[in-house]
Amino acid sequence: MSRVLWVGNTALTLYCLYHFGFLSGDFLHGVGKFASVVVAQLFPPAGWGHLPEFLKAMGETIAMAFLGTLLGATFALPLSFLASKNMTRSRPLQFGTRRFADLLRAFDYLIWALIFVRAVGLGPLAGIMAIAIVETGTFIKLYSEAIENLDRKQIDGISAAGGNGLQRVRFGVLPQVLPMMLSNTLYMFEHNVRSASILGIVGAGGIGFLLADRLRAYALQEACTIILLVILAVYAIDYLSKVLRERLIGDHRRREPVDDAKQA
Amino acid sequence: MSFEEQYSAYRRQKRLYAALFCGVFALCLAASWITAKFDPVTLLGGLPRTTEFLVKLVPPIGMATFAADVREWYWDGAKWMGSLLNTLLMAYLATVIGTALGGFLSFFAARNLAQHYAVYWITRRVLEVARTVPDIVWALLFIIAFGIGPLAGILAITVHTVGAQGKLFAEVNENISPLPIDGVRASGGSWLQVMRFAVLPQVLPNYMSYIFWRMELNVRSATIVGFVGAGGIGHDLFTSVQLLYFGDAGAILLIVVATVMAIDIVSERFRHRAIGKSSFA
Repeated sequence: MSRVLWVGNTALTLYCLYHFGFLSGDFLHGVGKFASVVVAQLFPPAGWGHLPEFLKAMGETIAMAFLGTLLGATFALPLSFLASKNMTRSRPLQFGTRRFADLLRAFDYLIWALIFVRAVGLGPLAGIMAIAIVETGTFIKLYSEAIENLDRKQIDGISAAGGNGLQRVRFGVLPQVLPMMLSNTLYMFEHNVRSASILGIVGAGGIGFLLADRLRAYALQEACTIILLVILAVYAIDYLSKVLRERLIGDHRRREPVDDAKQA
Repeated sequence: MSFEEQYSAYRRQKRLYAALFCGVFALCLAASWITAKFDPVTLLGGLPRTTEFLVKLVPPIGMATFAADVREWYWDGAKWMGSLLNTLLMAYLATVIGTALGGFLSFFAARNLAQHYAVYWITRRVLEVARTVPDIVWALLFIIAFGIGPLAGILAITVHTVGAQGKLFAEVNENISPLPIDGVRASGGSWLQVMRFAVLPQVLPNYMSYIFWRMELNVRSATIVGFVGAGGIGHDLFTSVQLLYFGDAGAILLIVVATVMAIDIVSERFRHRAIGKSSFA
């Protein structure tokens, strides 16, 4: 069985290599060109005169990620209760909400951005909406998993003391799930800064527009400056968010929440 | 200090933190709102237009003429299916090459296996850059050298895969038990033999799980690198939207969503099977 898999995969890989032209002289030519043209011309980064413009675009990118994540979290919060088995009695409703979330996540940010650019025009608003839609799907999944893992006893305690539905959620559910939700939301914000940095390629705002523009005009040194700026911003936000998440969850040795959710 | 005093001090501190958090949050919100020129009126005005657009994606399909209508909607179906197949093969090849390279580098990026700290540090930084730069940016760079076409897209996804797998695999490597390693070393095994007989058997199940997960993500990536001309079904989608052939765009989107969801389901099965084995190992 495992030998069949090895042979099959090797054959398919070889076919792909052939099919996509990795085995032709053009590929070697391209490698040479990549080294001599692209890598050689990327450095040193230049265009520091445009730095204010770049920084402004980077700020817009982070703002898009922030608002998109926030909107997604806001939409997802009520829906995630519908998608949890222990909160929603109606199976079709619970299952339907889950599949709806899957549908929102199935398209990449860039595809939603392409759609929203048509609908609301060029600019950051389209990018914010693209992030918000994908994140609604992701957060429904992540939040509802957190809700399904909660401890029933605290809710029973509130009921026993005569609490109504709203009080059960406020004092029984939220204290248990809120740290996990906030941590997941921060992690996705981090992730979305990276996603938002490319949405400009289809005209949905942020630094991606400048980057694609420079790359298409072969202004590689300026593109290099922008790429370095994005990497720097992503590092800074990763660091900040990690510190905040460790405070929220306490145990810094646990794995990334999203990895866990996607593994599940 | 009495209990009452301690409790009220605790409450005061909690409130202070909550107020601080709300203040910082409000500040971030205001800053983002202004920077991104966020306008709820435009947003709400855009919603009906979005629905309008979504409706245009699906042409009228009648019950009586269902088959004929669908056939007309998918008038270029053969070409799109070809693009879809290409997209899947692109994702597959990028996953294979990226995993092979990333897996190789992961041994140098694991603190317990790398032989020099300098090697560890450099490998980690290289992997970080490979995955921090978005794959579509890699695609734009590769297009300059390799021209328009799937080759640039495959290379872009491969670079990103190397970065991601290198890091994930390295973390798996760091969590292994040192006992088998000591055993192979004690019986005179070389570095290569340590890797083959002590490390690989421990890490393989987790590797498999990450490979399937990466395949899922790479299929998604392969559907969008076409937006910048790097091959795959994204190219068909991008052109149809640019040319305002919304029916075509809808047909392609439906193909994409069905594929992505199908791959997710299949891969989830395999991942559970791979991880299931590890718990018995």
